[in-house]
Amino acid sequence: MNDWPLWEVFIRSQHGLAHKHVGSLHAPDGEMALRNARDIYTRRGEGSSIWVVRSTDILASSPDEKEALFSPSISKVYRHPTFFPMPDEVKHL
Amino acid sequence: MYTQLVDTEAKRLRSRSELSEPEQLFQARLDAEQKIEPGDDMPEAYRRTLIRQISQHAHSEWVGMLPEGNWITRAPTLARKCILLAKVQDEGGHALYLYAAAETLGVARETLIEELHAGNAKYSSIFNYPTLTWADVGAIGWLVDGAAIMNQIPLCRCSYGPYARAMVRICKEESFHQRQGYDLMLALCRGAPEQKQMAQDALDRWWWPAVMMFGPPDESSPHTAQSKAWRIKLYTNDELRQKFIDQSVPQADYLGLKVPDAALKWNEASGHYDFGTIPWDEFFRVVQGDGPCNRDRLDTRREAWEGGRWVREAATAHAVKTAARRRDTHATAPGSNGVSP
Ligand SMILES: [Fe+2]
Ligand SMILES: [Fe+2]
Repeated sequence: MNDWPLWEVFIRSQHGLAHKHVGSLHAPDGEMALRNARDIYTRRGEGSSIWVVRSTDILASSPDEKEALFSPSISKVYRHPTFFPMPDEVKHL
Repeated sequence: MYTQLVDTEAKRLRSRSELSEPEQLFQARLDAEQKIEPGDDMPEAYRRTLIRQISQHAHSEWVGMLPEGNWITRAPTLARKCILLAKVQDEGGHALYLYAAAETLGVARETLIEELHAGNAKYSSIFNYPTLTWADVGAIGWLVDGAAIMNQIPLCRCSYGPYARAMVRICKEESFHQRQGYDLMLALCRGAPEQKQMAQDALDRWWWPAVMMFGPPDESSPHTAQSKAWRIKLYTNDELRQKFIDQSVPQADYLGLKVPDAALKWNEASGHYDFGTIPWDEFFRVVQGDGPCNRDRLDTRREAWEGGRWVREAATAHAVKTAARRRDTHATAPGSNGVSP
């Protein structure tokens, strides 16, 4: 089992939302990963579609880069609609 | 609880000034209730303690399938059989979510399972008691899963992201476990006198082991302070135990069953139930491997692992073969340049 790769499981719920990461599992190949994902992660109608991706195929941003990657956006408050106060009299904005 | 006596490697909780600079930064993140994720910096003791705690939790779910599994073939109706099958399957799923969470800390699932089979890993004391009658299935769902919920709901807010997320999934399923157990007890208590007697007998045998699931009293739990500082334990053993007793006694009253504790009494002043002396000798005996079913549980797990070996080998062989076949068809397909991507 040690030589079975790890797979990340993504499930799209019934309501038309995007696939969401739900967990991971070990399986010898993609086909078995899908079957196992069905048994482990959809016992109560949680999904209408499953994706499995080999964990090693996922490229992740490094926690060390967190500052550099994400802090520039924090100062740009004008990107949010609430930055612009609107007069009470004006409607539909 | 599903985790008991988890060693934090700390004899006492160190003060802020005794921590190294990285440890102080880490503690500040925890105090701000930030989640720690797998790639983040973390003290080695935090990592190792979490591996011990999460794997012990996983082993409890894994071994926890056995006491109830004992009754699947003998459930009294088809409906009860389907319910029990679903419940036991959930527990297997809980173990898998938790092994996966432990693996994010850099330990292989197989290593954890080997440790369990070698008798070097702990799992909850509660699963070393036998299920003698059908009523035990009800008592386990009601009391054991009830106790588990009490511990697991706060853990949804624990500091380690993958553990907290596994807990959210698990908690969604536990409520079904507890209710089906209570429903089973209700059916017995509304039935013939013999059925009600069977329910009483199950409560008599499961009450104290369930009360002891929360682990030793706070004064003899040296690791609680560190675990709380790390936010991998949110309430103490005694706090959760009291809450469990306060919640369960009225439920037993409704069933018309008597909790086997002569000292049990509502305390108007404290707003809690006072209760009698807990048989801690028994708890430590069971934890140290000498409970009624310890050997049997581990033998069963080892047998299942060995018995399933050919299935794992066949699945691996099949995967290798289909991958090779796919490469061959790619290589000879018209228009293909024979280079695999
Ligand atoms: Fe569970
Ligand atoms: Fe459960």
